[in-house]
Amino acid sequence: MVQPDLLPQLSWRRPSPRMWRARLLLLSIVAVPVVVVVVVVAAVAGGAAPAVATAVVLLVATAFVGSVLHGRYRSWRYAERDEDLLIQRGLMFRRVSVVPYGRMQFVDMTAGPVERVFKLATVQLHTAAAATDARVPGLDRAEAERLRDRLAALGEARAAGL
Amino acid sequence: MTDLPTHWARLHPLSPIVHAGRLLGALAVVVGLRQVGSRGRQPLWVDGAAVGVALVGGLVSWLVTRWRIHNGELQVETGLLRRQSVRLPLTRLQAVDVVRPLLGRVLGLAEVRVVVAGHGSSRTRLAYLGDERADSVRAQLLALAHGLDATTPTAPERPIIAVPGSRIIAAALLSTPVLLVLLAVVAAIAVAVVAPRAGLAALGVIGPVALTIGLGVARRVGAEWEFALAESPDGLRLRAGLLQTRAETIPLARLQAVRVLEPLLWRPLGWVRLEIDIARRRDHDRAEHESTTTTRALLPVGPPDLAHWLVKRLLPGASVDRPAQSRAPLRAILRAPLMHHHLAAWHDARYVTCVTGRLRRATVVVPLAKAQSFRWVQGPVLRRLRLATVHVDTAGRHFPGTALLRPADEAAAWVTDLPVLARAARQRP
Repeated sequence: MVQPDLLPQLSWRRPSPRMWRARLLLLSIVAVPVVVVVVVVAAVAGGAAPAVATAVVLLVATAFVGSVLHGRYRSWRYAERDEDLLIQRGLMFRRVSVVPYGRMQFVDMTAGPVERVFKLATVQLHTAAAATDARVPGLDRAEAERLRDRLAALGEARAAGL
Repeated sequence: MTDLPTHWARLHPLSPIVHAGRLLGALAVVVGLRQVGSRGRQPLWVDGAAVGVALVGGLVSWLVTRWRIHNGELQVETGLLRRQSVRLPLTRLQAVDVVRPLLGRVLGLAEVRVVVAGHGSSRTRLAYLGDERADSVRAQLLALAHGLDATTPTAPERPIIAVPGSRIIAAALLSTPVLLVLLAVVAAIAVAVVAPRAGLAALGVIGPVALTIGLGVARRVGAEWEFALAESPDGLRLRAGLLQTRAETIPLARLQAVRVLEPLLWRPLGWVRLEIDIARRRDHDRAEHESTTTTRALLPVGPPDLAHWLVKRLLPGASVDRPAQSRAPLRAILRAPLMHHHLAAWHDARYVTCVTGRLRRATVVVPLAKAQSFRWVQGPVLRRLRLATVHVDTAGRHFPGTALLRPADEAAAWVTDLPVLARAARQRP
């Protein structure tokens, strides 16, 4: 259920497919213990039939959450244009951010524990405006470093005052 | 004649008294209450000691603080245990403000605040100098900052706006919260006449709310009393204040957005308010008593013609006259039924203008040259209605440009066009 692009003529890039595996790992870390505990409690308290029923309900719910996460993962894309960076994301609430390179104050690259396991990183742009929301998660480490260095170089070349 | 010190100089010897002044005021209230409450049986030495400590602290801080002009820098050294030394290149100076707290006015002292652009602690204070000295130091610092000789006479000012105090009070009272509280108080009194116990209980609930709102009104009146705006070659100068007066220069180059407010209750009188948003760092640039919600008004209350003239003066070529086709489409009423009658947005090559508001109409003009980023947002409801919202983010913190509920195709065109227009606007001199 991926929406058509708002600006289809651009050459969009996507986060690494490993980002989806990382999200899936996070989902299973939360979902597996919950499903097991609830099903065991249901089996002990009510017997086989309620246990099977709760298991089916929980698995369907987990599958739904998983599909939403997958849609969200698929919605991320970014494009480096000559003068600005475009980031598109969101499934229900779709957002497109445009950040001119000249407006960039600094770029940072972070990698949380799960991202590190999958050799991923997040690149974030900061401007003087607090509302600017320019983040690209789930990038391959090498691609993240390339993007960070390129953005930093472009930001320096095109820097504009407040 | 110049009186900027080239050798280390101290601040005015009465400074510690003004520094301790705030504490003195608070103590006076506490002592007064206690004297009334306990008929003078409380010992006074505790309070006396507190005043003494405050005065000694102020005296020590005065003794260890010194300043001078050296090598084209304003140098300030302060602190007894943790020495702090500020070197401030005068060429980076943005504005010099003169603030006079109540006690300072009584003693004839004023604080000089030096505002610079950039990072770190961006405000340096000389607290306090003699009254006339402060004004001449201000003029000389500005002259040096512009590369002129310090003895250059102050640039002449041309007054453009003066708002009488009575109008400030009337405008502050004519606000929706004040009206609601007044209605609530009247209703509670009416109930009290019929059923005393219920009425008093209601008054007990309304009382604190009324007090809070009353204090807000008093604060605004106090800050904007005798508001005067003047034009001078170095920018717009603003003077206002009842107890504490401030004289500041508005750094127009750092202007991020202009907003014209038309509250519902002011409409019969034909009054509007014009506010500006200035790029400032999160905490350093803010004076202690200024809350995050206060914005700088360039016209606290006045006729629309004057506000429109000011908009054109601040942003050449900008207009707040709504062009055709700028209203939000009729279907937007499903998403924002209470705001739809005001919603509008349009842009030209240099400015984005957005009109929002339910009861109070707010027109925000953002110069594209100041836009930091653009965001296009569409939720499920807006997608069904074929609408989208475009945000124009600026470095100001109070009112970003938000073009709410535009037709989807127009919003998409904005996202493509605005960055290009913004780049052109930035490169224009």
